[in-house]
Amino acid sequence: MTAPATSDALLRLDRCTIRFGGLTAVSELDLHIGANELVGLIGPNGAGKTTVFNLITGVYPPTEGGIFFRGEALRDQKPHQITAKGIARTFQNIRLFPSLSVFDNVRVALQLHQRGGFVQALLRGPDFHRAERRVEAEVVEILDIFRLGRFRDAMARNLPYGDQRRLEIVRALATRPKLLLLDEPAAGMNPTEKVDLMKLIQFIKDKFSISVLLVEHDMQVVMGVCQRVSVLDYGVKIAEGGPEQVRRDPKVIEAYLGDKIGITNSK
Amino acid sequence: MGYRSHLILVAAILASFVVSLYSQYLNPYYLDVAINVGVNVILAVSLNLINGYTGQFSLGHAGFMSVGAYASAAVTMFLGPRWLGERTALLFFPALLVGGIVAALAGLAVGVPSLRLNGDYLAIVTLGFGEIIRVIFRNTDQTAQAIKRWTTEPGGWVGLKNWLKDTGWTKAILDDMEKLGGALGLQGIPAYANFFWTFGFAAVTIYVVTSLVNSTYGRSFIATHDDEVAASAMGVNTTKFKIIAFVVGAFFAGIAGGLYGHFKQSIDPRGFDFIKSIEIVVIVILGGMGNNLGVILSAILLTVLLEKLRDFGDYRMMLYSFLIIVIMLARPQGLFAWPLGRKDAAPKP
Repeated sequence: MTAPATSDALLRLDRCTIRFGGLTAVSELDLHIGANELVGLIGPNGAGKTTVFNLITGVYPPTEGGIFFRGEALRDQKPHQITAKGIARTFQNIRLFPSLSVFDNVRVALQLHQRGGFVQALLRGPDFHRAERRVEAEVVEILDIFRLGRFRDAMARNLPYGDQRRLEIVRALATRPKLLLLDEPAAGMNPTEKVDLMKLIQFIKDKFSISVLLVEHDMQVVMGVCQRVSVLDYGVKIAEGGPEQVRRDPKVIEAYLGDKIGITNSK
Repeated sequence: MGYRSHLILVAAILASFVVSLYSQYLNPYYLDVAINVGVNVILAVSLNLINGYTGQFSLGHAGFMSVGAYASAAVTMFLGPRWLGERTALLFFPALLVGGIVAALAGLAVGVPSLRLNGDYLAIVTLGFGEIIRVIFRNTDQTAQAIKRWTTEPGGWVGLKNWLKDTGWTKAILDDMEKLGGALGLQGIPAYANFFWTFGFAAVTIYVVTSLVNSTYGRSFIATHDDEVAASAMGVNTTKFKIIAFVVGAFFAGIAGGLYGHFKQSIDPRGFDFIKSIEIVVIVILGGMGNNLGVILSAILLTVLLEKLRDFGDYRMMLYSFLIIVIMLARPQGLFAWPLGRKDAAPKP
């Protein structure tokens, strides 16, 4: 599969490097994601996958190189500003708002697009109530799409594990992103749940016509849904291409799948 | 239906007005306790916005209270007589607002640099701020006297000295500063605060905090409290909301200080030390962090309790501390708990 031209990339990382002290966590990484594309980012533990997410979402600024979203440099933007531009993420260890209900978890994310200032919140006039009702309707709608409606008044922390993962994805979608970053969504899921998750990711991509960058440990999930896969090892991109092509790449086998083979082949 | 909160606010203000008309027939001691309750309700509800809902542990509330107390007293004692003479009482409401605004500015000045700190560190910074404020008010008279002495000494920066000595308003400011501060406190504040003003403002405080909490602001405060990283990833500008909570909280602490000063008619820097801050924190924790109703009830309960314990003389504070320990052990989630304040509320994976 040929990579799309850089000009029509939704997100482009241009020779991104980040060092923490003497450790180079990500080194000269080039990455691009086109519109409505589903890209996987894989690699062994500690390869720097989550660091790439933290770079894109502005948690850390890159030491060198640039990140461009829809042609605009993201340097020095704060995480909430980057979210407002259309990049949303989930977390490897679920980070819902435990004291808020399922409903309000989603509503916080939707508020990004809600108008109304301090004075309106105090006066509570018709405009305020209209804006609130509108957002509430949207929350109901999106919860129903993902069949979380029945949990709407439950506290987020009381949801079953799989539903918490799903809620986190829904919450990220509520910010109305152009690009959704999923950080190991299959972590801790059983095979049936993984199949459901793959369907869910595909569904999100088609229904909302957005791009997805999937960081994943689980090869089954990545190979099942991704159109293109990049492989990181020790912060360096060692391979890129279609799932099949990557799977057969000797460097990938050595770095990622290789440790298994290495163990069985060792004396 | 959407206007119920407006009705409650108006009803509460009217009720406090009506009660205030008859407050002269009330036993003055009970009135004193009632005003203390009202002031503590304002302090506790406003601190609950910072410590409870937004999860920023501030120990500086007494500091903001003293800023408001001194600022509003300065308006009614020094500016009022100059501008309005006998009708200074008209200036009471603006004076309270001035106290609140000056306290809010202090909140902004403390909050902007220190809100990047979390937990214990923020508590230490706000504690330090409270102490700095207290020391400043203790020494304003000395400072003014020192400046005056300096202007009479020969040599040095003669131009500045003459300007300080001869310009009307700089001289007036130095005179006022001399009267304002000092270790002995400020006496002779006009007794403008009464039942109406105190409980009217308590109602306004409750209304404002509840309205904020039940709006986009409140959900952002709670999201910031729960998980700052996740909140900013969902587009919440956490720094902005922390500062808003801090400034609004400080504003009402300043109002409470103004009411307190204009009721007691004298204020003393020692009355605003960190013990006072901790007293308010205790009210909030006992009421249940992030639970306005609980915090209001606990403000009433603890204020009355502290009064009732006067019968025990020297053992009063000992018993008070003992009772608080017992309540904490029995109800760690707060006397009137609601899930947000529960310590087990946020299991971090």
